[in-house]
Amino acid sequence: MQVNKLGGPIGVRKFKDLAARRMMLVLTFIPGFIVLLMLFGLFGKARPILAVKPIASLLFSSVWSPLKGQFGLWPFIMGTLWVTFVALILAAPVSLFTAVYLSEYAPRWIREFMKPIIDLLAGIPSVVYGVWGLLLIVPLVSKVLAPLFGVYSSGYSILAAGIVLAIMIFPTIIHVSIEVFASIPYQVREASYSLGATKYETVRHVVLRKGAQGILASVVLGLSRAFGETMAVLMVVGNIPKAPKSVFDGAATLPTLIANNYGEMMTIPQYDSALMLSALVLLLVVLFFNVLARFILTRVERRAE
Amino acid sequence: MNDFKPHISIRNLSVYYGTHQVLKDISVDIPDKKITAIIGPSGCGKTTLLKSMNRLLDPVEGARVSGNVFVDGEDIYNPAAEVISIRKKMGLLSQKPQVLPMSIYDNVAYGPRIHGLRDKKKLAGIVMHHLKEAGLWDEVKDRLSSPASGLSVGQQQRLCLARGLAVEPEIILGDEPTSALDPQSSQNVERRLIELKSDYTVIVVTHILRQTKRIADYIVFLYLGELIEHGPAAEIFANPKNPRTRAYLTGEIS
Amino acid sequence: MRLLPPRGTVARRKMKERFFMGLMRASMAVVVISLLLILGVIIWKGLPAMKLSMITQTPKGGYYLGKEGGILNAIMGSLYLASGATLLAVIFSLPVVLYINLYTKKNSKIATFVRFSLDVLWGIPSIVFGAFGFLVMVFLGLRASLLAGTITVALLEFPIMSRAMDEVVRLVPQDLLDASYSLGATRLETALKVVVRQCLPGILTAVLIAFGRGIGDAASVLFTAGFTDRIPTSLFQPAATLPLAIFFQLGTPYPEVQQRAYASAAVLTVLILAISLVSRALVKRLARHRIK
Repeated sequence: MQVNKLGGPIGVRKFKDLAARRMMLVLTFIPGFIVLLMLFGLFGKARPILAVKPIASLLFSSVWSPLKGQFGLWPFIMGTLWVTFVALILAAPVSLFTAVYLSEYAPRWIREFMKPIIDLLAGIPSVVYGVWGLLLIVPLVSKVLAPLFGVYSSGYSILAAGIVLAIMIFPTIIHVSIEVFASIPYQVREASYSLGATKYETVRHVVLRKGAQGILASVVLGLSRAFGETMAVLMVVGNIPKAPKSVFDGAATLPTLIANNYGEMMTIPQYDSALMLSALVLLLVVLFFNVLARFILTRVERRAE
Repeated sequence: MNDFKPHISIRNLSVYYGTHQVLKDISVDIPDKKITAIIGPSGCGKTTLLKSMNRLLDPVEGARVSGNVFVDGEDIYNPAAEVISIRKKMGLLSQKPQVLPMSIYDNVAYGPRIHGLRDKKKLAGIVMHHLKEAGLWDEVKDRLSSPASGLSVGQQQRLCLARGLAVEPEIILGDEPTSALDPQSSQNVERRLIELKSDYTVIVVTHILRQTKRIADYIVFLYLGELIEHGPAAEIFANPKNPRTRAYLTGEIS
Repeated sequence: MRLLPPRGTVARRKMKERFFMGLMRASMAVVVISLLLILGVIIWKGLPAMKLSMITQTPKGGYYLGKEGGILNAIMGSLYLASGATLLAVIFSLPVVLYINLYTKKNSKIATFVRFSLDVLWGIPSIVFGAFGFLVMVFLGLRASLLAGTITVALLEFPIMSRAMDEVVRLVPQDLLDASYSLGATRLETALKVVVRQCLPGILTAVLIAFGRGIGDAASVLFTAGFTDRIPTSLFQPAATLPLAIFFQLGTPYPEVQQRAYASAAVLTVLILAISLVSRALVKRLARHRIK
């Protein structure tokens, strides 16, 4: 009989292996299971209000008056869209230019230097961004930017939230874009150089074109991140449950709605259901964007193999 | 020693990748308007030698070049030299055809466009002319705006040839241009190269000895980064002077 | 056939390149300056209000009105919660990652599906985890407590940790695995003795990244961990957390308390920076054993 001094008799080792394998297999389905559980759980909690009011009136009504039983989510949907849009407009060019520079131009020491900086930006907690936004960006908007445009603003605005959010999503877009560029084989750039093209021309006509889908995916991921961000936005956006008319207006977003009102959730009828519905809407939108972006990225990855 | 007019003169060229020396003090003349084959066992620096001729080693991190490469009498490694103009003089055919991510038409028009040509009629004329030169025109004339990635490998290689010719080079560099192709397409490309030598100087890196026999006028033999022997193809095949050359030609080393 | 224009345009092309290089460098500067501004402002505003009592005392009566005390409740609460959550997350992450890398075939459907689910989970905002955690809490009959918060944050950390671990474990060369199998080792033994050791720096980094995320997140503990002035002594008691402490202190109308909020923010930031530094140092030290 073969006795292996290291782990015991072969039979025991094989049994351990099989047991571990079965256990791991079960655990492996947990991620998918959690997603489904989330969807069902939130939906279940949102059903009461859906039973009473049609979904359209909830989504598109601007009247938010929980005490009167009015739960129009439109102002919050609009707030979310505005803030996300501002954040994207600010973040996308800066992130993409940075990613191109780091991928195609920067010498190694700059790349190594930027890595921890980008990681740090990604690691700073949302509340800290919020405090910073409060200290620097809100006054910036009210004292510098708004007067520049001849408008009055308290500073607690879409613009302030957009600026803070933009910085928060830099790492997302930069990181994914750099990976996309890295997956483009060197030879195609070489082909362009051999024709006498400058590096810029090569980047513009060849690299960016080849990487276009991946870049789109990186921006979509940034969008998705901005969509769901809560604390930082909550602290600088003003929390006004009305659809905004300008970037200098205060507003509220779906995440801030949920965060702000969890306290009153249990005391007013249907309130918890309405908030769970908001969470569900948020989840579905974010899921959609994430799945879309991941799908594009896997295609890009597969083509590079 | 050389009774021909050299188009490219390489003097004391050494190339290092980091601390590893890939090419050791190479000096050789490349004849004008002939097909020169750079041969030798794999890993001996053939591709590096080829790429050093149009400064394609510049973007490679860690690559260092010393020595001179004279093209038409001017040293391309002179710090004052204009790299993009130098590269324009030479067209490159890579081993694996690298089509640009655009339409067939745009692939060929890419070169002329970046060098400043905007006139649509002239561009169309150039595209047609060079696609014909590469022997691809008849196969693609109806689908010039479709993506180049849809072509077969053999067609892609000819497209790369047309693209390279469109910038009006004087020299064509080929890095094992047929090794990724099926026999039919290989033959096609070889035939084109032979036709082209009347107007262009052609330099091909190859590890296929039979291909060398078919198309080469001049041979440069490299072994482990050193220039072992060079001369007219007929002479080298008939009477190799160096024992290593003989060993390679008889298939002892590869 | 000489149709191309003369050399004059080369200069223009180079100028174009230089212009865009300028834009790129400026963008990079924006990123760097943003980080410097954030760290700078937080520390600058937080330092003046920093007293030793901040980190050594819990809030005494009237703390939120400006009286004595510190945020020790939040510091300890956060440490307990994040540690528990991270531990819980590791227990699930490591097996899953090992399974999809060692027990499945190349490009297997299960592995793809799991990776996809992890990516999807990764992108879910923490407020949704908070809302879901709240539902789980109610379902299990728990009140807002350390336990409920731990479970919620564990859910949040799980995809982050798994993804980061997966990225390292994927890179283990097949040759190394083959060498182990050819010595007669089972897959479990290979997983535990070879792979984990080879990937240890990466695995630890993943754990630390997840820990950092867990300790700094507010939205997920908002509904689930509660808040209290005391340091929790049981899993079923509510726990204060640093992010929420910052948030609540900021919400008072008293400037002294708001100052303390800035100091708390500085504490949290320094904590995150420390974690980041430690993980980098660990990677460098443990990289000794790795096989390239």
